[in-house]
Amino acid sequence: MDNPYLPREVEVIERIQESPDTFTLRLRFTDPSQHASYRYAPGQFNMLYLYGVGEVPISIVSDIEDVHMLDHTIRAVGRVTKALATLKTGARLGIRGPLGQGWPLRQAQGQDVLIVTGGLGCAPSVSVIRHILRRRGQFGHLTILQGVKHSNDLIWRDQYTTWAKQPDTQVLLAADVTTADWIGQQGLVTTLLDDVNLAATRTIVMLCGPEPMMIATIERLLADGIPPTQIWLSMERNMQCGVGHCGHCQIGPLFVCRDGPVFNYPTVAPLLGVRGF
Amino acid sequence: MQTQQFLPRSQFSSLLNALQSSGYRCIGPTVRDGAIVYTDVETTADFPKGFRDRQAPGDYHLENTGDDRLFAWANGPQALKPLTFAPAEPLWRVARDSSGALAFTPFLPEPAPTAVFGVRACDLAALQIQTQHFQDDPYFQARRASLFLIAIHCSHPAATCFCAATGDGPNADTGFDLALHELDSGFLISAGSETGEQLLASLSLQAATASHQQQAVVQSEQARAVQTRSLPGHDLTTALFAQLEHPRWQALGERCLSCGNCTAVCPTCFCHAQTEHPKLDGEASLHTRQWDSCFTSGHSYIHGITLRSDTASRYRQWLTHKLGSWQAQFGRSGCVGCGRCITWCPVGIDLTEEVAQICEQAADG
Repeated sequence: MDNPYLPREVEVIERIQESPDTFTLRLRFTDPSQHASYRYAPGQFNMLYLYGVGEVPISIVSDIEDVHMLDHTIRAVGRVTKALATLKTGARLGIRGPLGQGWPLRQAQGQDVLIVTGGLGCAPSVSVIRHILRRRGQFGHLTILQGVKHSNDLIWRDQYTTWAKQPDTQVLLAADVTTADWIGQQGLVTTLLDDVNLAATRTIVMLCGPEPMMIATIERLLADGIPPTQIWLSMERNMQCGVGHCGHCQIGPLFVCRDGPVFNYPTVAPLLGVRGF
Repeated sequence: MQTQQFLPRSQFSSLLNALQSSGYRCIGPTVRDGAIVYTDVETTADFPKGFRDRQAPGDYHLENTGDDRLFAWANGPQALKPLTFAPAEPLWRVARDSSGALAFTPFLPEPAPTAVFGVRACDLAALQIQTQHFQDDPYFQARRASLFLIAIHCSHPAATCFCAATGDGPNADTGFDLALHELDSGFLISAGSETGEQLLASLSLQAATASHQQQAVVQSEQARAVQTRSLPGHDLTTALFAQLEHPRWQALGERCLSCGNCTAVCPTCFCHAQTEHPKLDGEASLHTRQWDSCFTSGHSYIHGITLRSDTASRYRQWLTHKLGSWQAQFGRSGCVGCGRCITWCPVGIDLTEEVAQICEQAADG
């Protein structure tokens, strides 16, 4: 029996500062055969272990065909992530994964894709955007809606500009609080939906961000006639073991780490937004 | 039904001796600190001979009647759980050399073959659930594989027991190696596994008489009939989740101390947390796990927010999971009717009463 609790060793090959408190660690297994056999899907995550500190779940943002590196974009907010922020090239970490269920890319083939994200460059959505843009011909129209609280919070600003230039791709940005150089709209991300024409029957929606934002977006999409089963969302809970054993990440019957973090909307709908779940 | 044979009371030690000489570590019920707990047993003198228990919400007492019965009591605070899902255990250790390279070494348990005397039907049902939950957990499974389980069909349920209502007892139907009915004169004994059959073959047993069989049937019927508590139906998912705003949750939040006793004594609760213990020399760190509880504030913590910051929402999480969403996860309720959470609750909260109150309104409405 494999030991799902035992990390394997990876090395920090490169560290990229994305914003004042957000950084990307590019990792490679120290054992080349482990690196060669590692396979994952966009939306899945790894447990990263920092010596003497502990583990934290981090989404994988590199492309599945990028065999050189596993990229993890991390915001320094907690005990482990703040310590991870101090790492330099050459540092060693433990890693367990890939864990959980990723985005429904098979179902999305040939469909229009709407990606709505809130907060700071939501990593699970970045992985799927990059995945689709690399395989542009396999998908229909791509719409990316990104909302942030303050326009200064947006990371990967150049990337959004690059994405907007891709064929058949629309990128719209919104910020609650804006500065003079803001290139998007002012307001909530849901207001961007006013400027989007959705083909309700052939659009797959992927959501990632704070739950109030996802709930508001879902209400609007349902009103616009998008079938509930066409909506997918990436959830966050207290994931500690990553394999559905420790119980912390449960939402009702769901183990977010194992059954998610990406869920079809009807699966999480009964308890979505219910306080205490 | 398995073939039943008879082991006279005077020969009970032959069962213990057979297991000991087969190399088993033997664990059985003993009286310690005023409660019946499972510890190592050497001789039959270690068993709680003559003891009876009295249990009520928030209350547990033992008394000695002076009779010869060894198993005439209901479960104490411990289940089988600590023997398979350790309260605290090391998962792995990591060594860091001067270059910063990490070497991970797992601490997989290598338990000696262990025979457990006096296992109850409720705990066998709970073990089955946990074996399913931890099916890909090598730590749990190594311990589970080391166990030889000697069940006792329950003859003296406590006032807090309701295994008859959950369908898990008082008789043990499956999941054991040997099962015993304790009668006044001795034990009706049957095997539930091949290992159990082999062990039985090494004992000198008598044929069970019709009278023995009849006594066992009557005793089991009584053990069923004396139980007064129950749950309103087997699948409470819909009823409970329809009542998430029931005022009873707030009342519970005011009574409950959020101490986690109920989750510690519950034989099916599986939550655990991992902890890091770095050595001061910076060269190694130990990674452990220990039981956790949904009654702690850390359980629902997520980057700066505690999703369940009040006791009412924690109790609601526990009860809606145990009796509700557990169904979707395991195909059955997470409650096996052992009643421990009632007895060991310091303020005597009775989940059967609470769920009846909460779901009664569901039935009305």
